Amino acid sequence: MLQALADGLLTGSIYALGAIGLTLTMGILRFANFAHAEMMTWGAYMALGVLTLFSLPTAPLGPLTFGWPLILATVIAAGLTVVLALIVDRFVFGKLRGKVGHLTLVFASFGVALLIRNLINLIFGGRAQYYTSELQIAVPVAPGLRIMPDQVVVFATAIALVIAVHLFLQNTRLGLAMRAVSESPPLAQVNGISLARVVRWTWIVGGALAAVAGVLYGVSVQLRPELGFHLLLPLFAAAIAGGVGNVIGAVLGGFLIGLIESVSVLVIPAGYKLAIPFLVLLAVLYFRPTGIFAGTTGGK
Amino acid sequence: MSAALLSVAGVTAGYQPDLPIIRDISMSVAAGELVTIIGPNGAGKSTLIKAIAGQLRITSGRVTLDGADITNIATYRMAEAGIAYVPQTENIFSTLTVDENLRVGAQPLPKPEARERIAEAYRTFPDLDPFRRQKAGVLSGGQRQMLAVARALLTQPRLIMLDEPSAGLAPKMVDEVFSRLAGLVKTGVAILMVEQNAKAAMQISDRTYVLAEGANRLDGPSARLLDDPEVAEIYLGRAGRKV
Repeated sequence: MLQALADGLLTGSIYALGAIGLTLTMGILRFANFAHAEMMTWGAYMALGVLTLFSLPTAPLGPLTFGWPLILATVIAAGLTVVLALIVDRFVFGKLRGKVGHLTLVFASFGVALLIRNLINLIFGGRAQYYTSELQIAVPVAPGLRIMPDQVVVFATAIALVIAVHLFLQNTRLGLAMRAVSESPPLAQVNGISLARVVRWTWIVGGALAAVAGVLYGVSVQLRPELGFHLLLPLFAAAIAGGVGNVIGAVLGGFLIGLIESVSVLVIPAGYKLAIPFLVLLAVLYFRPTGIFAGTTGGK
Repeated sequence: MSAALLSVAGVTAGYQPDLPIIRDISMSVAAGELVTIIGPNGAGKSTLIKAIAGQLRITSGRVTLDGADITNIATYRMAEAGIAYVPQTENIFSTLTVDENLRVGAQPLPKPEARERIAEAYRTFPDLDPFRRQKAGVLSGGQRQMLAVARALLTQPRLIMLDEPSAGLAPKMVDEVFSRLAGLVKTGVAILMVEQNAKAAMQISDRTYVLAEGANRLDGPSARLLDDPEVAEIYLGRAGRKV
């Protein structure tokens, strides 16, 4: 049980990080961006690409399986993911924005997702890959609880970024402008906010977060072109459970989904684990369609 | 009339280019003047204000502020140009705190100046002070309108446009809001407002324009139009159908 909770928290922290990017873009750009998951995959593979291309030494840091090179590669990957997001917005979403209904944008995002996933498949191949071939042994920290040092770093990074995003949204002018647009784009413009600028920054923040979440997932599991695709359901479930546009909600939603998933394995066959986010999603939409945490926090 | 601050000349606009809602409308507001636009439902009053604010496309005609062309200005640049606009509904962010609402409104200003103006806003509207850290969604109708006006004043506009500031307010609050607006004009700000509450609005305003079916019908000093039987006729719809 203890182990299941720890695993759930770890997965949950990655879900939370992915879900805040998703909820931000959904809240501000006003459509469900299915390509967000592929931006995570893109980020994860870009980091791998940087490591391979420059054949950086994979000297591990202390007990970890990775070292400074991966951290540097993640930063570069985040930049490359932002570039991808801005290019996609320039040539796809930006052309449609304001001219078509949001469902058309959703379908466009499906197309973008397919394009990115297959592009990754083409460049990196479809087999599973790892950032490092180092092995790591889980350390027993309590009776019945083993944790790998990597997992601690993944968890801490995810939490630190979640806090950073929250502080950014609460305390900076740009964050405030993003929250204003999230509530009402027309009123935000009346208040002197340039929509184009906020949209650009939303892609920058959303893209960077997606990339880091992708790398963290790659570190704790493995890299596959379907990495993002498999995260799609839990991320949407987390974002919707938390109330679209609500950052704190998305974080709690992410942990909720992660925990329910891993605890459920104790009672149901592991093969059904993937269905859990779907059930949570259905339950939320049935009982509280605006999300469990909608309107209860200032994180919107 | 002295040189106009806002001048609207032959403006045609609508939600779709081939379906104009207002046609060839002309009007003006002088500095420090309070001008009211009235007219029956569907007269195009709100459309006119939205068109001036850049929310609707003007297909022909010209809007100038102090001589500078602001036709089809991007809505977010209005504050720079010197105009503030208070929409009719959803004119505050209900998920943001009162303080955050004011900080959003003060974004076009440099930070130190923004802080100063926000402090000033609380002095001008002390009723808002206790709600600083609360979500604006908890405010009453009158307080919401005060917050919307306080926000509009932050950038020290030369002209404030209000779309039905009395909508949904209790009669006592209407008086309060209107007397606030009358007080504002004394400080030199010009006000252009659209009102359903025609009588009360005319009582505080200098001049009134009456629109019907998307076109200019009548205009003149409010005191004169208040007793004009033609205004009542336009409201009853007869004059509108005669054309």
